[in-house]
Amino acid sequence: MPHSAFFEYLLRLGDNALILGHRLSEWCGHGPILEQDIAMTNIALDQVGQARSLLQYAGQVEGKGRTEDQLAYLRDVGDYRNVLLVEQPNGDFAHTITRQFLFDAFNYFQFEALKQSSDEHLRAIAAKSFKEIAYHLRYSSEWMIRLGDGTEESHQRMQAALEDLWMFSGELTEVTEVDELMLETGVAPDLRSIKKLYDEKVAAIVQEATLVLPADTWMQSGGKTGQMHSEHLGFILAELQFVQRAYPGMEW
Amino acid sequence: MDPKQKALAEQFQARIDADEKIEPKDWMPDAYRKTLIRQISQHAHSEVVGMLPEGNWVTRAPSLRRKVALLAKIQDEAGHGLYLYGAAETLGIDREELLEELHTGKAKYSSIFNYPSLSWADMGAIGWLVDGAAIMNQVMLTRTSYGPYARAMVRICKEESFHQRQGYEILLTLCRGTEAQKQMAQDSLNRWWWPSLMMFGPSDEASTHTQQSMDWRIKRKTNDELRQQFVDATVPQADFLGLTVPDPDLKWNEARGHYDFGEIDWAEFWNVVKGNGPCNRQRMQARIKAHEEGAWVREAAMAYAEKRQKRQEERKAAVA
Ligand SMILES: [Fe+2]
Ligand SMILES: [Fe+2]
Ligand SMILES: [Fe+2]
Repeated sequence: MPHSAFFEYLLRLGDNALILGHRLSEWCGHGPILEQDIAMTNIALDQVGQARSLLQYAGQVEGKGRTEDQLAYLRDVGDYRNVLLVEQPNGDFAHTITRQFLFDAFNYFQFEALKQSSDEHLRAIAAKSFKEIAYHLRYSSEWMIRLGDGTEESHQRMQAALEDLWMFSGELTEVTEVDELMLETGVAPDLRSIKKLYDEKVAAIVQEATLVLPADTWMQSGGKTGQMHSEHLGFILAELQFVQRAYPGMEW
Repeated sequence: MDPKQKALAEQFQARIDADEKIEPKDWMPDAYRKTLIRQISQHAHSEVVGMLPEGNWVTRAPSLRRKVALLAKIQDEAGHGLYLYGAAETLGIDREELLEELHTGKAKYSSIFNYPSLSWADMGAIGWLVDGAAIMNQVMLTRTSYGPYARAMVRICKEESFHQRQGYEILLTLCRGTEAQKQMAQDSLNRWWWPSLMMFGPSDEASTHTQQSMDWRIKRKTNDELRQQFVDATVPQADFLGLTVPDPDLKWNEARGHYDFGEIDWAEFWNVVKGNGPCNRQRMQARIKAHEEGAWVREAAMAYAEKRQKRQEERKAAVA
């Protein structure tokens, strides 16, 4: 297996966790209910924790001595490999929940399969992360249903969020060259089979939430290949990296 | 006071004097209940408003390890808010009412959170000084006379000491770092020192609530005693960091066995209490905004829960 492809793949996993965790952490102290503030912080904690393990391992695989922090804090937009979905802004709680659900549903099947990865270290990370991700999916599914089938207002907000975010769901299961290489070497699952599971899960929850999936939506991608991120990522990094950039080369 | 009330009040005070815990269903004087609601809710609000200055740096934490630790700390504070709202609710008031009082300015919260967090070092100073000052107060409150409050404090204190060590460790790292980092730490101490001393409240002469609260054993030490205890514990820690406490009058008093320290700027203290601090308005606006923007979420959750229950009942009825 080409080394660089495995590195790329680990960056994708790590960057997804980091950027979504970062987004969720923006809610900290501003949640709609104190209990949900805690719950979202909890998920953010899990995700940044996962990002640490994954980026640490990515740095090891790359073999240039880069640490988790060098990877997180010293790469610019073009070198980030997260999907576009996770860098979308929090919006209202409906957007945050919908973004989370659309990601969790994918991440759940992805990590379930990664528990069988041919790579031992990734297998270990996946085993630990999967338990957390299963909880995330339960949480976001429950809120999809609760808000979709709640009041007239919440229903409308959820439907609007789904319309806004659905176009970023395709990238999750899009098969790229790196994915083909990972599949060949048994590192990662076939995204085509993940897509089946994903579509089923999303359809079921969306239906229970009394929402409607947008039809014939253009699917935008470009995040995980690094070809074209959205304008949001630069601002995320400006914040995330501020201290490291303003005071280079120091221990914190 | 009618004889029956008088007997109850005497019985109550006797229990307090015997160091018995008062429990929610026990008889208590109205003023005791009111004082506790005021104090516990003020404490709960402080935990929640206190999330804001720290939340301000979550997205800018300088390493992933620090980001995780800071998130976990703020999450703990939210948890403290929850237990404390719970403890207040045992006195017959609900969270919605308490929040209303906060948002309308009727209830207070610790003024320390009306100061801005301006650098990463502030995450260290807040943990070390603000959680440190809170601990002095809260350790005392683990022995407070109202049972649910005392028990909430036991749980909270363990986490607060962890926060304090974590904050101190942030500053220690900075102080062992570059000149710029040490400067950042010193600047932070300069800004947080005096407001931290103010956290203990007005001086004993000026405090309106202290004596009654002491008699009821809600408080067991006066503001000035706690403040002195804090200064004595904290100054050696500042020395160890190699930082200078911004008080020219600070010096060890061999005869007293305590540090002497300078006069607090009470004009600033009262001014911030009255709402004229650097961030009072912004903190309240942030809380109100979160609450108002969350209204539809809370309504939807309630509507869904009702629908669900109704459906379950209908299903049961259909089977029967
Ligand atoms: Fe706390
Ligand atoms: Fe506290
Ligand atoms: Fe704390």
